[in-house]
Amino acid sequence: MAGGIKKFVVGCFDDEAVLFPAVKNVRKTGYKIHDVYTPFPVHGLDHAMGLRETSLHTAGFIYAITGTTTALTCISWILTKDWPLNIGGKPHFALPAWIPITFELTVLFAAVGMVLTFCYLCQLSPFIKKHHFHPRATDDLFVMAIECTDKTNDEEVQAFLRNAGATEVNVQHAETGWWLGRYDREQKLYREMEKGY
Amino acid sequence: MTHSFELPGNYKKWTMGLIGVGVIALLWGAIMYHPFGAVGTGDHPEEATRFWAVLLQNSVYWLLLVNVGMFFIGFTTLAMGGWQVALRRVPEAISSVVPVMGIITFFILMAIVWGGRYDIYPWVNKETVAGDKLLSGKSGFLNPMFYSLFSAIMILLWWLLGKKLRSLSFESDKAGTMDYETGDKWIKKNILYASLFIVVFGLSVGSTIPWLWIMSIDAHWYSTMFSWYTFASTFVAGMSLIALFIIFLKNNGQLEYVTDEHLHDIGKFMFAFSIFWTYLWFSQYMLIWYANIPEETGYFKVRVSGPYRGIFFLNLILNFVCPILIMMKKSVKRNYTLMTFMALLIIFGHWIDVWQMVMPGTLYDKAHLGLFEFGIAALFIGVIMWRVGDFFTKHPLTAKNHPFLKESIIHHT
Repeated sequence: MAGGIKKFVVGCFDDEAVLFPAVKNVRKTGYKIHDVYTPFPVHGLDHAMGLRETSLHTAGFIYAITGTTTALTCISWILTKDWPLNIGGKPHFALPAWIPITFELTVLFAAVGMVLTFCYLCQLSPFIKKHHFHPRATDDLFVMAIECTDKTNDEEVQAFLRNAGATEVNVQHAETGWWLGRYDREQKLYREMEKGY
Repeated sequence: MTHSFELPGNYKKWTMGLIGVGVIALLWGAIMYHPFGAVGTGDHPEEATRFWAVLLQNSVYWLLLVNVGMFFIGFTTLAMGGWQVALRRVPEAISSVVPVMGIITFFILMAIVWGGRYDIYPWVNKETVAGDKLLSGKSGFLNPMFYSLFSAIMILLWWLLGKKLRSLSFESDKAGTMDYETGDKWIKKNILYASLFIVVFGLSVGSTIPWLWIMSIDAHWYSTMFSWYTFASTFVAGMSLIALFIIFLKNNGQLEYVTDEHLHDIGKFMFAFSIFWTYLWFSQYMLIWYANIPEETGYFKVRVSGPYRGIFFLNLILNFVCPILIMMKKSVKRNYTLMTFMALLIIFGHWIDVWQMVMPGTLYDKAHLGLFEFGIAALFIGVIMWRVGDFFTKHPLTAKNHPFLKESIIHHT
């Protein structure tokens, strides 16, 4: 568990066409966007939020060459030093025959490594729980959370978000990190919590 | 249509220079190498073989390379692609070289086949075929008449279908903005001719043409991967040529809607199809290496452990190791200098690739990579530059009424 409890002003938008200018204005005014939660990947939102490019592909490259070297060293050690076999009169160091395996292991290392790294970066894992600012962020709502400092006037931020086109605005004190727990046990369905939805 | 793109003086100078160098090389070869006498006569019979082998290698390579322009238009049309519209005049310009290059290639092929150059194609000699069980078995396919007719028909079809697709594109310039119905009709017409072109392309470049033009040099040997491997070779070089001309036009203030995003996508084609080429190259090599059947391994014996050992590995370094390591990063595919360098490297690399397809079967250990080879290559490059430059000055460089143009303008990877 990391992060600690912080205060957030949360604004909900029901259209990405409203969200984009809002993100721009919030950044221009100088408020700190904690994150924007969307029901689907929104093209160009990372750029609008000013997030840096991911380094996931660099990690992928490193995993891939690890796979390549693992395969080559492993096969060549086994087939030339540890247990040389005569296979169809081919030389022991039969590089062409190893290329498919080397390729497979390269892809396997890169794929598995990148998926795990991605999960780690997004703090996704079984039995790990994070605060949801609004349950409808997984359904049809674009949710923007603005982090407050001691000096932030939250009334002002709320008014600002309403002006920017937010349909629903509230203040939440939330844990920023993850903790152990399961959603199905601890959280009721949204339609059970809110009558008339 | 007010369109004024003047080719920069340097371009014209380079075009003239390359053609000049090429013509000198051609004349030098025609005079010094005695290519028109009977095969195997004279003091140095291998010099005549060198003349024809080099002409064959260059004409086939550059013709298949410029034909990729129309293949690109064809498959993007069939896939209902929109991103390439802002740059589609560039592959159109490259494909407009096909008629000239087709005629040159056809004359060279006919001179080889009807001139009885059995040092290039063993199957043109009737006596050899009669005394050879394999060649007489293949003689329904490998005979001068079928070879000439099939080559002529295929070059003509590339020419005519390409011309039709280009003229459809020019029609849209004159028509003005299209409403839904006209646009729909126009797109469907494009799809019709593009699919015809793709079918012809598949039956020629995708299968029979490389068998006839290149693989039949080693007439006893065959590989079912060969045509795809040749296609991949010329396709990746063709994409590189498209990239080169895009960068050239951007540097001269043209193609206002083409951004780094478009170049990035062309770069992805160059990167991905370099790997595709390697995949085919390796599949062909590994199966033959693994099965180890004498009549198949002969092809690779001369290349891997014979006089072509250096070229064999150079081929892999130029066309696989360099592209995969240098072009992996996103920033490289958006950088004009690096893209120009890589495009030139890939075009040269696959020229070497075709060179090592042709030379071992014709010249064995007497092949050169000298001034004559590069001079003839200069001639063909000059012809491409001349025709493409001519297209650029005569036609608008943006297909501004294409229904998908907006999709291309806002293209974002």
